[in-house]
Formats: sequence, structure tokens, C-alpha cells
Amino acid sequence: MSDHEYTPSSKFGKWFNDRLPLLTLANHLTDYPTPKNLNYWWTFGGILTFCLITQIVTGLVLAMHYIAHADMAFSSVEHIMRDVNYGWLLRYVHANGASMFFLAVYIHIFRSLFYGSYKSPREIIWILGIIIYLLMMAAAFMGYVLPWGQMSFWGATVITNLFSAIPLVGESITTWLWGGYSVDNPTLTRFFTLHYLIPFLILGLVVLHIWALHVPGNNNPVGIDIKKPSKDTVPFHPYIVIKDAFALLMFCIVFAMFVFYQPNILGHADNYIEADPLVTPAHIVPEWYLLPFYAILRSVPDKLMGVVAMLSAILILAALPWLDTSKVRSAVFRPLFRQFYWILVADVLILGYVGAMPAEGLYLLIARVATAYYFAHFLIILPVLGWKEKTTPLPLSITEPVLGGSPNLAAARSDEKIEKTIK
Amino acid sequence: MRKLKNIFFVLIFSVIVLNSSNSAEKSPPFLETKWTFKGLFGKFDRASLQRGYQVYTEVCASCHSMKYLTYRNLAEKGGPEFSEAEAKAIAASFEVTDGPDSTGEMFVRPAKLSDKFVMPYANEQEAKAANGGAYPPDMSVLVKARKGGADYIYSLLLGYSEPPEGVELDDGVYYNKYMYGNKIKMPAPLSDDLIEYTDGTKATAEQMSKDVTNFLMWSAEPHLEQRHKTGFRVIAYLIILTVLVYFTMKKIWSRVESKV
Repeated sequence: MSDHEYTPSSKFGKWFNDRLPLLTLANHLTDYPTPKNLNYWWTFGGILTFCLITQIVTGLVLAMHYIAHADMAFSSVEHIMRDVNYGWLLRYVHANGASMFFLAVYIHIFRSLFYGSYKSPREIIWILGIIIYLLMMAAAFMGYVLPWGQMSFWGATVITNLFSAIPLVGESITTWLWGGYSVDNPTLTRFFTLHYLIPFLILGLVVLHIWALHVPGNNNPVGIDIKKPSKDTVPFHPYIVIKDAFALLMFCIVFAMFVFYQPNILGHADNYIEADPLVTPAHIVPEWYLLPFYAILRSVPDKLMGVVAMLSAILILAALPWLDTSKVRSAVFRPLFRQFYWILVADVLILGYVGAMPAEGLYLLIARVATAYYFAHFLIILPVLGWKEKTTPLPLSITEPVLGGSPNLAAARSDEKIEKTIK
Repeated sequence: MRKLKNIFFVLIFSVIVLNSSNSAEKSPPFLETKWTFKGLFGKFDRASLQRGYQVYTEVCASCHSMKYLTYRNLAEKGGPEFSEAEAKAIAASFEVTDGPDSTGEMFVRPAKLSDKFVMPYANEQEAKAANGGAYPPDMSVLVKARKGGADYIYSLLLGYSEPPEGVELDDGVYYNKYMYGNKIKMPAPLSDDLIEYTDGTKATAEQMSKDVTNFLMWSAEPHLEQRHKTGFRVIAYLIILTVLVYFTMKKIWSRVESKV
């Protein structure tokens, strides 16, 4: 927050602002002091906001033409693809937009993991982010059901069946979710309603997420606290705005390449076959962004424990600020953590890969080892690392590594390393 | 710029990972043929689409429906582009049941441009009964509903052979090396000179397979040409804008010592 009190220049502005301080808010957003050493990994917050808005706008128009009925959903999607003006564009942007949304959110999350952005005083931002991520998965899953193709239907069957693993009330809960004794029209209509609702919940949480961010301000690649505003910061506008815009445009180029040239590559061919409760597809696989969790689910032999493991894999992230005992935020100054970080990245990618493979033989073994390692990373490695690890010296301010040539020898030495690792 | 390279690297890497994770199944490599609709400026071969329609209507349509297509689509831009008169004549050669009329009776009339493609069977049960229990799938989006897309359909049409030693086939089941599980209930639908092309092209099995696959690709993705055209413009525009924004950013950030 800026130190100075903001007063609108015009008389009307002042009158209005005294009653509803929108201008103060706008002023805060433009002046918001941002660390000037943020790298491009920090642009994904803005990109994610763009993704959310894109999904809401395209989804709104699609909902005008879509029919949420088991007998008509599939053909209404074909109607959108064929007869609605630019319907094909809307649908492909929306479908690929979900994938791009997840791509961006994974980069955003892993950036936070690398630079320790979840640590004090930013725990609430982090936990809000985890809730947003959970809601995103729910929205994406239900959205995938709406075209009522084979993968929609059978994906919905597999996922909703997970609830039947709950002891005693599991079966009743599943029936209640379905609105019947199998996935059918009532399931489709309620999924459509919820799919429409959740994005607005996410939007509200995003506002809180940004609000919570603006209290302590951004973390930065060096991970040290900085004075705001100071020579270490730049005002959000125009510096960060233009940089975010540049990154967003690059992101949009990749997005457009999918939409216009490979619109179906991230989907499954079976979803162009209308849902048929009597024919089970050879392999039921979720969308790529859920695969790591699907792998964890299937790596546990017991159904209930599998569900517990899958949920824990996500919820464990919420406890991360307390599991990571290291006082140093940025991995730049944590040589050991840095190695474990990249092992975790590889571990999650491997989980994603085996999640797409049949759960048998070598794949199952790999999935089990990778699942065990995933939990070990958070429950054992991180807490222990905080005690044992010898971190490299932290600079006094971010201007040091940025400008270089500090008179302090120790800091100067770490400068070179910083330069190397940041880039 | 090294940071940007990193970003690109990660993006490309994740795309590769995702792609490979989606193509798990093993089948013999598809037969190769050149598709005009692929690539940055990919367009349909108009004459091939028209021939493909002929193959569809004279061969496939006796069992396979195409319920999402309308006769007017045949005259629309980016498709086979029959003239409106031709499309009307095609439609008029089919009969549809309409009504009720003012006396409450249903009546039969020739199809119009606004009618959906007439289906070969009244319902799924009739289709199954006529085809030894197998349901001939609707062909409207068939290309998108099969892994491998056009290459798969083309290969499948030409992939019939005698079963190898040791493979026993029931009556009404045929061997096809591209089919999932190699067993297919559809007999080889195309053979040389099965039909006579109106444009005089020699109707070899390869030619017909290619034409009908082209036609099916169009029916699954009727706005493909528009998509490619729009896509090129959108991406060109984005690239130019990105370059401009990049230099603007450089200029703005030159006021502070930090690099971007």
C-alpha cells in the first residue's frame, strides 16, 4: 500500500470517492509497488485472470446454444459446431481454454513452490489458491461431462463412483449425486448448473486472492522482504502492466495454435461418440491435467484408501507453509532444496504419464513409487531439509543482485550464483 | 531473452509430454497419403469432396447415416460446393415424411435443402437387425471419433486382407489389420470400379478411399477452411502486436536499471 493518502483532483471525483472509494482503489492498483526483479514466471497470475475471463465469456455464449438434456446435449454441441455463427471458434476456445488454464495454473503453482511464495506472511494467499485450484478441477470435470460423449459419460461414472467408497453412506451419497441409480439426465442437468456456478465462485476467490496478495505485496525471485515503495519497487502501471501484456500475448499465440490448428489434440477421440451406457470404452482416462491424481488414485489397491490418497495429495498442499520449515523463501539460496524441487517436478510429470497408461505391470509399480515419493517430499524431505540444509547467504536488498558489484564480498559471490539461477 | 527461451522450452516440453501420453495404443503405421486439408493453409480438394459425396451416397449411405448434415451444407462455402441447383436436385432425390398437414395426415415429399440427410434405417434396432447385430456408426463426426482421424479411416478402408494363420473368424466377421482387435463386421466396402465417377476419374479402391475420407473429414469439420484462414490472421496479428509490445516494454523499462 502506498504511504500517501490519495485525493481525487476533480470536485466530483472527491464527492464520489468520499462515498464509494473506487478511485482510491484504482489509484492503489496503478501505484501498487511491485518488486522490480520479478521474472516471467510471475506473469502467470495475469495470464490466469485472462483465462478465467475467457472461459466465462465463451461459456456464457455457449450456454445460450447448449441444451442440457441427455437426448439432446450431443447434437446441440454439433449444432454449435456447424450452425451457430463462429460456434466452432467459441467451443474450441472454451475446450482448449480449459487446458491452457491448467497449464498456466501448474506453472503458477510450481513458481510458488520454487520461490517459497507460500511462506509467511503469504499463507492465506496460498490456501485461497489451493481452494481455487480445487474448484477449477471440479469445474473442468463437470464441463467435460456436458458434451455427453462416451468419455464424458464414463468419466462421470468413474469419478462419481469414487464417493461410493465412503463407508456406510457411500452408496446413498452416490445415488444422491446422480439423482438416480446411474449417471443419467438428472446428473447432466445438475452438472450443467454447477459448471455454470463454479466459475463465479472462482472469480470471487480470485478477488480475495489478489486482495490478500496486496497486503504483504509480491514475493520476488530473491525471496527477501523489501521495503515498499522503495528503489527496489516499480509502480504496477505501466511497468508490470506492459510486461504482463507481453507475456500474455506470447501465451495467446500458443493458445491460438491449439485452437486453430490442433483443436482436438488435447481431447479424447471417444468423446465424439455419443454417450452409450451399454458400451464401455477400452480405456477410461480423464483429461491430461487430472492424470497425476488419477495415477495416485489407481496406485492404491484399496478403493477407499485410493480416494483418500488422491484427496490428500491435493490437500497436503494447503499444509505446505507449515511443512516447509526453512526460513529462507527462494530456492535460489537453497542448493539442496533446488535439487529436490526438480525431482518433484519430474515425479509429477511421471505420475501424469503413468496416469494415462493402463494400471498394470511396470506402470503400476512406477505409479506406486512416484506416489510414495510425492508424499515423502512434503512429509519428510521438506521438514527435514528446513533443519539440515545450509543455505547460501542472502543479499540485503534485491538491488544488489540486480545491479551487481557490491562491496560486500560474500554478497558479491552469491550474486553470480543468483544471476545464474535466476536466468 | 534467455528467460523467454525457458518459457518456450517448458511449453514445448509439456506439449510433447501430453501428446505422447495421449497416443498409447499400438497399431501398424497408417497408410500414407497426402491430405490437402493439413497444414497452415490447408484446404479441401473440391473435386475430391464431390467424388467423396458420390462414394458416400452410392456405397456407405446404404448402411451409415449422417444425421448432423443438411442438404444445404453441400452447397455451402468450404465444402463440396455443389451449385445450389445441384444441391436441390440431390435433396429432391430423397423422400422425407413431413406433416401433419391441415387434415392431420402425415405425407411424403421430396427433401429440401433445409432437410437433414435421410437416414438408411428408421432406428438403431432396425440398423442392427439388418447388419448382423453390429450398428453401422453415424458418419457425421466419425473422423474425429477415431484415433488417427483421416489416416485411420483411409487405412481401414484399404486394410482388409485374408486373416493370418491361426486367426479364426466367425461368419460375417472380417479381418482388418487397422481395426481395434483386427475384427470388423463391415465387409470390405470398396473395390476397383465399384462405382463410376461422374467426372471420369478412374474409380480405384485407393481413389475412392481417399475421396470418401476427404468427404468425411469435411463432414466432421465443416468449418476447417475458415478455421485455418482465421487462425493464420489471428496468429499473424498476435505476432505483430507482440513485437510492438515488446519494444514498448523495452522503452518503458529503460527508465529503471532492471532488465526485462
